[in-house]
Amino acid sequence: MSGLKRIESHTVVLAASNVDTDQIIPARFLTTTERTGLGRRLFADWRYGADGAPNADFVLNRPEAAGAQVLVAGRNFGCGSSREHAAWALKDYGFRAVISTEIADIFRSNALKNGLLPITVSEATGGWLVAHPGAAVEIDLERLTLTLPTGPVAFELEPFARHCLLEGTDELGYLLGKMPDIERFEAARSG
Amino acid sequence: MAPRTLFEKVWAAHEVVPETRDTPAVLYIDLHLVHEVTSPQAFSVLRSLGLKVHRPERTLATMDHSTPTRTDQVLGRVPIALDAAARQVKQLEHNARDFGIELFAMRDERRGIVHVISPELGATQPGMTVVCGDSHTSTHGAFGALAFGIGTTEVGHVFATQCLLQRKPRTFAVNVNGTLPPGVTAKDLILGIIGRIGVGGGTGHVLEYRGSTIRALSMEERMTVCNMSIEAGARAGMIAPDATTFAYLEARPRAPQGSAWSAALARWRTLGSDPGARFDESVDLDAATLEPMITYGTNPGMVMPIGAAIPRAGDAAREKALDYMGFRGGESLLGKPINVVFIGSCTNGRIEDLKAAARILKGRAVAPGVQLLIVPGSQAVKRAAEAEGLDEIFKSAGADWRESGCSMCLGMNGDTVPSGHYAVSTSNRNFEGRQGVGARTLLASPLTAAASAVRGRITDPRELM
Repeated sequence: MSGLKRIESHTVVLAASNVDTDQIIPARFLTTTERTGLGRRLFADWRYGADGAPNADFVLNRPEAAGAQVLVAGRNFGCGSSREHAAWALKDYGFRAVISTEIADIFRSNALKNGLLPITVSEATGGWLVAHPGAAVEIDLERLTLTLPTGPVAFELEPFARHCLLEGTDELGYLLGKMPDIERFEAARSG
Repeated sequence: MAPRTLFEKVWAAHEVVPETRDTPAVLYIDLHLVHEVTSPQAFSVLRSLGLKVHRPERTLATMDHSTPTRTDQVLGRVPIALDAAARQVKQLEHNARDFGIELFAMRDERRGIVHVISPELGATQPGMTVVCGDSHTSTHGAFGALAFGIGTTEVGHVFATQCLLQRKPRTFAVNVNGTLPPGVTAKDLILGIIGRIGVGGGTGHVLEYRGSTIRALSMEERMTVCNMSIEAGARAGMIAPDATTFAYLEARPRAPQGSAWSAALARWRTLGSDPGARFDESVDLDAATLEPMITYGTNPGMVMPIGAAIPRAGDAAREKALDYMGFRGGESLLGKPINVVFIGSCTNGRIEDLKAAARILKGRAVAPGVQLLIVPGSQAVKRAAEAEGLDEIFKSAGADWRESGCSMCLGMNGDTVPSGHYAVSTSNRNFEGRQGVGARTLLASPLTAAASAVRGRITDPRELM
């Protein structure tokens, strides 16, 4: 994974609250044993009709959504199932960040491990973003700022996850480095 | 030492390295449960890095999500109908063999839904940390374990190191007191709790269910409650272990035996939250005011007493949900025709759930045109039900009695609800399309599900009790 420092993109807005991971990637597509190729299944039941043709009303199918790397979502985005396939599908489709006033715990964790930046913002900022679909935004991960056309706002990110994203390193390497501590812990418990 | 909560005690006992401002805690995992859908990519990472599973003896694998429930496919008389599912099953067999992990494969009599089999084996124990690549891992919190769902990358972390990097969640006391009225079950209780705190109400928190109502619940009922903690957005749900817990565990095959049992009991008795322990949040519920609950929308927070009127849509999300369900605000659900009833899942697929359904179904028949699918949570539950003759009650009523698995809860194994059809389901999620493309799910208790199957309409189970 290469380092992630800055994202500049227009947004696409999916304003519904409580969008669950079954909507992001329906369970029938979880029979894959790979991480890749799920982008075409992203929001499958909203994006396509029963005949498989794109649903012209769905926001991702509109011409102005093309190329957007930032998804603005309603409250409690990513709730439900722990399927990491949801983060894989969003990333594979081309999204690099999800912005919401509230992001579900497991989805947030999965997103961070796949270079998909989950950003939680205030009601005011979230409201502005929802009211201005397609807005040009800039995300600076080093300075932890989200710059809207109206000016910058700060956001918070767990420091270790931020470090891993900036450096393009993964957590497994760090954990493997803790093996001596882990083995000491195991020995102390069984002793 | 300051008074501590159950969660804080379990957390502290598993901190290999405590968290700092810059780094999360390294948290030790006692039990890692594995299934065929969220593990393949994690095994691939081990292979690509040349890593082993650090503690295979703390790892237990089964097949449940994509597996068929039809007997001929389970027994291998005919091939698994879904090719992709057959591949996942094969791959897990292969991975378990290569990495030395115990696997309950298709024809193993110990196989079943991951959250049903671990407790029934006695593998889930108080004070443990338990994880699985499945959000309903919260079920195991019923034993006073800290149990939560993880993604596939984290499955790989636990394989390689038996640890996870975690920030300490906040605590949330859910105090429930009073006696549940007749016909009101643990499922109705947890649906009532979710209705109260909302589907995001528990985000960032570990719930602890407390109070006289919780103390009076059986272990299976406690599992139903903890199972749906994730539907309130919570990281986990826990219940302090007590005499009920110990009686359930004693003499189960993987519970401590002999002198180890006495030592474990002494340790487990110290786990409950200390008097005066502080929680970051709390909510109080009176169990006596609860009624049988049913969902009317497309998330488990859109729930109401079965006789109530559907709240009028106040926002776009609610309007969209009612439109999907084909309901209008202000109307009652009682008497609405249904097409399918599903009794099963990690929420309500245990023997007490099947007994509850049998109480309603005994001597009665499923209404014409309605499909009743009853899927035991494990092969052990299936055998127990058959030993009591419950399968005969179900089959005489016209129900379809299957082998264990997740089945119609998530519609990725061949068991689905047709588009537009209404399903009263004892499972945990009524999300759009969860049980099949266009399926309309109403979550309820096994009593309500069975009563609705008999009438062919949404029915208050108290009318048939």
